[in-house]
Amino acid sequence: MKILYPFVAVLGLIVIATIGSRAGMEPLFGIVFPYLAILIFLGGFINKVVGWAKSPVPFRIPTTCGQANSLPWIEQACFDNPSTSFGVTVRMFLEVFLFRSLFRNTQADVYDGPKLRYGSSKYLWLFGLLFHYSFLVIVLRHIRLFADPIPFFVKILEFFDGFLQIGLPHLYQSDLVIVGAILLLLLRRMLLTNVRYISLPADYFPLFLILAIALSGMTMRYLTRADVVNIKQLAVGLATFKPVIVGDLGAVFYVHLFLVCALLVYFPFSKLMHLGGVFMSPTRNLANNSRMVRHINPWNDPNLKPHSYASYEDEFRTFMVEAGIPVDKELPAETPAAE
Amino acid sequence: MYDKGKVLTGLAIFVAIVTFPVWYDLVHAQHVPKLEKPTLSKKCVADIAYMRTSHMVLLDNWRNEVVREEKRKMIDVEGKPYAKSLQMGCMKCHPDQKKFCDECHTYADVDPFCWDCHFQPQKETK
Repeated sequence: MKILYPFVAVLGLIVIATIGSRAGMEPLFGIVFPYLAILIFLGGFINKVVGWAKSPVPFRIPTTCGQANSLPWIEQACFDNPSTSFGVTVRMFLEVFLFRSLFRNTQADVYDGPKLRYGSSKYLWLFGLLFHYSFLVIVLRHIRLFADPIPFFVKILEFFDGFLQIGLPHLYQSDLVIVGAILLLLLRRMLLTNVRYISLPADYFPLFLILAIALSGMTMRYLTRADVVNIKQLAVGLATFKPVIVGDLGAVFYVHLFLVCALLVYFPFSKLMHLGGVFMSPTRNLANNSRMVRHINPWNDPNLKPHSYASYEDEFRTFMVEAGIPVDKELPAETPAAE
Repeated sequence: MYDKGKVLTGLAIFVAIVTFPVWYDLVHAQHVPKLEKPTLSKKCVADIAYMRTSHMVLLDNWRNEVVREEKRKMIDVEGKPYAKSLQMGCMKCHPDQKKFCDECHTYADVDPFCWDCHFQPQKETK
């Protein structure tokens, strides 16, 4: 059920787009939905991030993945347990670009004995890295449809992505890699028992959705071959707020576009928000410097002053001595010595 | 809101990246491709819709047939023989690479490898 529902949902989206675009609702699917989707995407994204930024983080709560800053002869793991903003920057860089925390993933299993054993598990890291980078390349490549004239970096990207020159139009390696990586991520969820146990429809839905987007895009490029010039006229039209639909762009194109719209709308309300969340996570972006800097709880009442033990003892010394509680500083002598 | 400066800067960068096509198209002039219409013949080897989307497949198949399988026989287009060739076929009607091929290829950022080997027919004066 957890797999079936999201699968059926994606199929439903495909059917809606096919029927809608064939029933003469091209302007709705080609112009209205894309604008609506990008508005919801940006608005939802900003709303979510601002909401996070409004939540106070009273303590330093970085995940400590190595030796903290300590005595001078003890070597600090300066990127896995950073105490400076430089260390945090490097840590964030490694996290965002190389998924370092996934690289540290471990898997527990029980073998005969029975004994418990922990081993390194790099599948999620590897498939995740392949998936995210090919997705990035594909998104950047799509700028060729929106930007006229073509920016230089898109040309460079296209050249390297298709440089094997297999078939015509050239096969992009990123297309193969993304489909492969999504299938591996799906199989990981379906085949590993303990991962399957904790997987929810919200985990499968984005995978099916992005798989459908990739496959419909590839269908347009390699099989049915959509009219790129007409599509670009619509895309540039959308970007310049003068959208026109020239000719029939084909059902596959509308399916592809509608699925992308669905992804954009779904994005801010789902786990996909890790795009913004990775920068906002206090377990990653805070320096472990609570022994060097005093962090004040933001909801403290400013009228309540800190009360040190020394002043506490000053206040209650008489009672403490009476009750026989040991004190740091004895009471002044009963009869002060002659001055 | 905490760390207002940093968060708002980050969001501004994000919005700028997402809306890249909007401001990029705003500062550049757009150019919708206009193809030079052939004068020699009214009929192409295939219908326009097919040629618009799939001419590269046709050319690729011709290349394979002619170069690799030695199938050089002319094909028949409305009773006229037609060479399976870019330079001796297509470019008879569409002689100008710049005004025909490149119009769409530049627009859609397609970099065909035809011109690694072929060149467009030169005018007599050259």
